[in-house]
Amino acid sequence: MLRIFCLTLSILLASFSAQADEFSQLVNQLPSKSLRNITPLLEQIAAHPDERTKTVLTEILNGDLYYKKNNKQVVSIRKTPDGDYQLTDVLTGDDLGTASKSSMKKVKTSNRIRSTIRGLIAQLDLTHKNAEVRLAAVKQILDSPDDETIELLTQLVTKEQDSTVADLMQTAIGVNTLKNGNAEEKLAVAKALRDSLQPAVRNAMVNQLALLDEVEKSQLSATEKQLKTELTSAIDKIKQKRSIYEFIENMFFGLSLGSVLLLAAIGLAITFGVMGVINMAHGEMIMLGAYTTYVIQLMFPQWIDYSLFIAIPAAFLVSGFVGVLIERGVIRFLKGRPLETLLATFGISLILQQLVRTIFSPLNRTVAAPEWMSGSWQINPIFSITYNRLYIIIFALTVFFALLAFMKRSSLGLHVRAVAQNREMARALSVRSDRVDAITFGLGSGIAGIAGVVLSQLTNVGPNLGQSYIIDSFLVVVFGGVGNLWGTLVAAMSLGSINKFLEPLTGSVLANIIVLVGLVLFIQKRPKGLFPQKGRSAD
Amino acid sequence: MADLFKKLGSLPVVVGCLFITTLYVSVCNLAFPEGSALHVSTYTVTLFGKYLCYALLALAVDLVWGYCGILSLGHGAFFALGGYAMGMYLMRQIGDRGVYGNPELPDFMVFLNWDALPWYWAGSDSFIWMMVMVVAAPGLLAYIFGTMAFRSRVSGVYLSIMTQAVTYALMLAFFRNEMGFGGNNGLTDFKDILGFSLQSDTTRIALFATTATFLAIGFAVCHFIVNSKMGRVVTAIRDSENRVRFIGYKPENYKVWIFVVSAMLAGIAGALYVPQVGIINPGEFSPLSSIEMVVWVAIGGRGSLYGAIIGAIVVSYAKTRFTAIMPEAWLYALGGLFVLVTLLLPKGIAGFFPAIAARFNQKKLAEVKS
Repeated sequence: MLRIFCLTLSILLASFSAQADEFSQLVNQLPSKSLRNITPLLEQIAAHPDERTKTVLTEILNGDLYYKKNNKQVVSIRKTPDGDYQLTDVLTGDDLGTASKSSMKKVKTSNRIRSTIRGLIAQLDLTHKNAEVRLAAVKQILDSPDDETIELLTQLVTKEQDSTVADLMQTAIGVNTLKNGNAEEKLAVAKALRDSLQPAVRNAMVNQLALLDEVEKSQLSATEKQLKTELTSAIDKIKQKRSIYEFIENMFFGLSLGSVLLLAAIGLAITFGVMGVINMAHGEMIMLGAYTTYVIQLMFPQWIDYSLFIAIPAAFLVSGFVGVLIERGVIRFLKGRPLETLLATFGISLILQQLVRTIFSPLNRTVAAPEWMSGSWQINPIFSITYNRLYIIIFALTVFFALLAFMKRSSLGLHVRAVAQNREMARALSVRSDRVDAITFGLGSGIAGIAGVVLSQLTNVGPNLGQSYIIDSFLVVVFGGVGNLWGTLVAAMSLGSINKFLEPLTGSVLANIIVLVGLVLFIQKRPKGLFPQKGRSAD
Repeated sequence: MADLFKKLGSLPVVVGCLFITTLYVSVCNLAFPEGSALHVSTYTVTLFGKYLCYALLALAVDLVWGYCGILSLGHGAFFALGGYAMGMYLMRQIGDRGVYGNPELPDFMVFLNWDALPWYWAGSDSFIWMMVMVVAAPGLLAYIFGTMAFRSRVSGVYLSIMTQAVTYALMLAFFRNEMGFGGNNGLTDFKDILGFSLQSDTTRIALFATTATFLAIGFAVCHFIVNSKMGRVVTAIRDSENRVRFIGYKPENYKVWIFVVSAMLAGIAGALYVPQVGIINPGEFSPLSSIEMVVWVAIGGRGSLYGAIIGAIVVSYAKTRFTAIMPEAWLYALGGLFVLVTLLLPKGIAGFFPAIAARFNQKKLAEVKS
């Protein structure tokens, strides 16, 4: 068995090295070629299926490919600060140490050869078997086009299988035509590309229009006039589309900020809204959740991608447990004295902050983001959605609806609502209000812990993490109407959106101030928030 | 005569204490040379001056919280506004002695390339005008906020959170350089006040004496307010706002009025604070410092004017000592104080002795009865 395995392995290795040798041979011929007859060799290299072709060609193009004068070994070089060359074997990637300038000779190129190489590299990428590499190559051409590559594109576009790549190729060719074609061709392109969102298309159109504007109106030909109107309308249309996408993008940012606010505030909505308890330590529950994420990540460094799934329940438990402790230890003795509760919980928040400072140091910690949360979803050239924000929106809504279901559907939720509405009556009907209080408080704190997990993905984790969210969360709850979960949802999302829409106009600090002042004014008008609880109690 | 003493209550004691302290401090600082056992260093004088400012501020908080039930978590804003008004005057007194030597503009404005004072700095070189601003600016903010909030019957924790939001918004605003109040660094590097150097011992003593005087006046004012007929209504509002309304009073008017007086007191405290510590920056607006003020009152005893003074001085002194010995432990201690005082001493230090006395009396009564 072992023998067969070894045999297979050696055969594989042999065939691999045979192919590799062929490529090395080609590369090693480079020093012996003169400027006049190097082109066929380069084409041969480019045509070779070996993966290193691109590296070799790029090195030549950048003028970094040298060979040793004594043994003609081909290497790529980097200049060291003291004028010597740092050598790397271009074929194996091995470090070959340094060599003096005089012992090396460059693989010569001329302008013509360089442009050939550029074409060859572009062709390499454009004919790559992976469609994404092809797409990236076309994108690069779109940003910095030159005549040869466009020519190449015109040849390749008919053979292109992938429709996205083909479309982009057409766009690139079109942009080039806009620059260099005659009036009729330009007109055709302007009509064809009026739906394109590529920034390059817009730039080319704006440039063309500027050129046409410079010419006297009377001197324009009929086609040029037509072109002018066509370009104007196309640019207008593109602008319109852009502003729509800009709006959607702002909306998306606003919703993602709103989701963070929702997560931070929803726990408060329960403790404050249902129990009537002001918990100034709520921010610290968020912070504890964030630190739990950090600790979980330290414990399982090998599972960064999945540790969030452990962190979410862990944070819920840690913060929930601390919440229950606070309720049992302090808050239940302060029933009916909301201002005192506010002070006592503020004291607790100071203690918790200092505790974290003592244990983890006052410095900020970073929690690594898992692979699947980074990156973005490119919907079109000017609009993309980052995955982490998308997931946060989804997650926040999931938590919200889970909580809503718990409150409306479970018997414990029923008890919680009963105690919230009329404690005495609920007690008379044998609801254990003490237990319900502890559970409610634990639940609210636990959800704050989950918010901490989310926040750890967005910002650094530090002792003051919670403090920056506490005022915002209170305002969300008060704005939405105390004791109303739907109100909290609407308030969080609208505050988030308003903030994000103001930000580009005023800057983030001023936007923050405007929202705060606006809220203060709003509360004057509607002291019970957007969706007030109905009742007839008076004290 | 006895009637008058009853009416004055703790007023003569407090004023007397303040007078003696001031006399002691000034004599010991100026008359005895350094190194003498009786000498009080200028550092200590400034420190105590600071505590007295805090005491005045605590009085202001106690007036609204202890007597009217309005828990303001934003009194730091009034304090800081008064402080900034004083700071602006002191800034202009620097004249051309600043780093850039501009006779008109403070250094930070030169640094920002401004070529004229913003309109709200107009008159900032007049001491009288700025002293009017010291009470007018906080008073106006309190009036606008109070009218809007109390008219629409925002009360309880909602009001607390809103006051906190106001001071938070002001803090964010004052951190901005464009506001024209020195941004992050605030106003500092003051040289002199009314022509007297701020560094000299006599000026320091004079500031201390002024602070003590204002504290005494503030105490007297608060004392008369809470013992007046108006004060009775205010206390009634604290205990049950709706019942007061049903009887036919307009609670919101009383609340606005007491809120404005309190804000003005806080502004005066801020104005006295700035020349003594030599700096005012947006940190004074932070919600945490406003909450610290509430702690002074809670610990001293809310609803007791001398309690507020005791609370401010004791807690501030503890803070100075703690942060010097173990800076780490201060937040633990402060947090612990919050929890313990609210749980065990709902009436604070001032309520502690009467409670003991009452228990003792009850015991005696019981003994007598049996």
